[in-house]
Amino acid sequence: MGKKSNAMDPTADFSDHSIANLETKGLSQGQIVRRRFIRHRAAVGSLFLLGSIIIFVFSALNLHILFFHYHGWWKYSTTDLPELMYKNCPNDSIGCPTLDVIPKFIDGTGVGLGAHPFGQDDIGRDYFALVMRGAQRSILVMFIIGIIAAVIGTVIGAIAGFFRGWVDAVLMRFTDFIITIPSIIIGSVIGFHFGNLGVMFLAFYLGMFSWTGLSRLVRGEFLSLREREFVDAARVAGASNRRIIFKHILPNAVGVIIVSVTLLMSGAILLETALSYLGFGVIPPDVSLGLLISQYQDAFTTRPWLFWYPGIFIIIIALCVNFIGDGLRDAFDPRQRARLTKRMRTRKVPLENQGAKSE
Amino acid sequence: MSALLRVENLTKHFPGGRTGFFGKRDVIQAVDGVTFEISQGEALGLVGESGCGKSTTGRLITRLLEPMSGSVVFDGEDISHISQGQMRPIRSGLQMIFQDPYASLNPRHTVGTIVATPLHINKISPPEGMKKHVQELLEIVGLNPEHYNRYPHEFSGGQRQRIGIARALALRPKMIVADEPVSALDVSIQAQIINLLQDLQKDFGLSFLFIAHDLAVVRHFAQRIAVMYLGNLVEIADRDTLYATPRHPYTKALLSAVPTADPDAAGARERIRLTGDVPNPINPPSGCRFRTRCWKAQEICSTTPQLLQIGSSSVACHFPE
Repeated sequence: MGKKSNAMDPTADFSDHSIANLETKGLSQGQIVRRRFIRHRAAVGSLFLLGSIIIFVFSALNLHILFFHYHGWWKYSTTDLPELMYKNCPNDSIGCPTLDVIPKFIDGTGVGLGAHPFGQDDIGRDYFALVMRGAQRSILVMFIIGIIAAVIGTVIGAIAGFFRGWVDAVLMRFTDFIITIPSIIIGSVIGFHFGNLGVMFLAFYLGMFSWTGLSRLVRGEFLSLREREFVDAARVAGASNRRIIFKHILPNAVGVIIVSVTLLMSGAILLETALSYLGFGVIPPDVSLGLLISQYQDAFTTRPWLFWYPGIFIIIIALCVNFIGDGLRDAFDPRQRARLTKRMRTRKVPLENQGAKSE
Repeated sequence: MSALLRVENLTKHFPGGRTGFFGKRDVIQAVDGVTFEISQGEALGLVGESGCGKSTTGRLITRLLEPMSGSVVFDGEDISHISQGQMRPIRSGLQMIFQDPYASLNPRHTVGTIVATPLHINKISPPEGMKKHVQELLEIVGLNPEHYNRYPHEFSGGQRQRIGIARALALRPKMIVADEPVSALDVSIQAQIINLLQDLQKDFGLSFLFIAHDLAVVRHFAQRIAVMYLGNLVEIADRDTLYATPRHPYTKALLSAVPTADPDAAGARERIRLTGDVPNPINPPSGCRFRTRCWKAQEICSTTPQLLQIGSSSVACHFPE
């Protein structure tokens, strides 16, 4: 039966099937993970979107990193004070956005950016420039917190879960101690004293205090995985602790780590937002998306764009990160293919090449 | 006949829960003074009911656990207290097959990686190339060499157990500890795996410590059989001697519980029903541990019986038959 349908439709379900075959051909683990990730449409789309947003946002404004100066493509900077526009705005509001996406033939005024596509803030600063700077800050904060928390959380959780005993007790009491201090208070104290040191410093410190949940999860995962028989099997073969941790336990805990790190990263944006709202996060004249939203939340009814544009950026960035995490988790899990195989069967793809269960 | 493995007075106690908040920690006496030998090319079956310490004995021998006291001498070397680093070179001679074929293979590794792991760890590079070598191993255990790049979840239980066997064979061991290798499998698959192990034993001259609770399986596979009860070895004898003339009351009761296919013979046979439960290993009976359930128990049974040679079997009982 398999041969027949193969002959009739040689291109049937090319993508899934070709990957199934390539795996039997012997690709390295990395290649297989990459291929599986590419097949995850939402994740690839999100990766592409997030990448574009990062390039778009970081190229918009002037950048000065040590001796490197980059001239942004956007005409205003966050410190420019152009004249405040008040003509043609609804409800007699001021500084409304000039971005127009409705073409003329559907009763619009024509597609165009205008002078200030996202509008202007109270004192006339270009809101597009502010949102770009804010998005830069938020993305930076998100990645720094995510990376620091992932590294500390995984290392502490892994050590505690693998070695157990007094090592576990000491590390977990330390973790409990950190958990009892709300990060919002830590952030407030740090922001109050070192806020002038800039957003990188803030993100670094927040990362130092947001690894606790992850370390708990990783510890639990290690505690359960180290008792599995394949770990015993590796030990009987003479594997060292290092090998067991990195080759046998960690790859099986990767799913949990990735999911919680992505949640942590999208949570990091919100943490920065909350801190900025309280006045302890990013301090004006510096900008972050959270700061913009909190500054203009009372303008929501009269000038909603001041709320929507930074809000949309927060939502898109957080969603992208979550989708990418989802795709990564699936790509790292070889059992995901079982589901695909089932789908292949319902699509009447030739069964002969699936092989393994034919004994 | 020189002994490849000599286990003497092997003891392992596990810490249990506390009785009350300030109470003393309970001690679970999992294995208590077990002594036996396995010679080159011999398969010793280790039977007993659940929780009697069979698996713990196996794990003590492969040094997944460290014995509290007693000694394990493998190939002339005392391995009972050496470090993991010192143990590494010895491990290539002493491998293990696990009970659960679903848990004993790393789900993230391909079959090729799993079987090659022991070789990688011991830095052995086969002259014909790693892939070729692993594929040969897969063929030896009756798997298709083309399964090299597949993941364990794509295989059935029997096939997975074959992968586990290939992994154990990779280092060409002298001895394999098989911890209930077939108890998780279908009866029809059990026979295939047992026959495979038997062939391997013949072809490679392997010694086996075959742990099982299924007496029929052990009878088919092992040349000598040791019976354990509550952490003690109660009887050890040749297969035929043990099945023909069980000397320890517990062995007798155990054998009488094996169902027979012939209904006439089953009716004629005496069925010994033991009363009561297995005592708690936290607080086992003093002396002979079986005396609380034994129909022959006398006062003398409160002293510990020694494993004594009677005929061709060794029995730890004050009233052997």
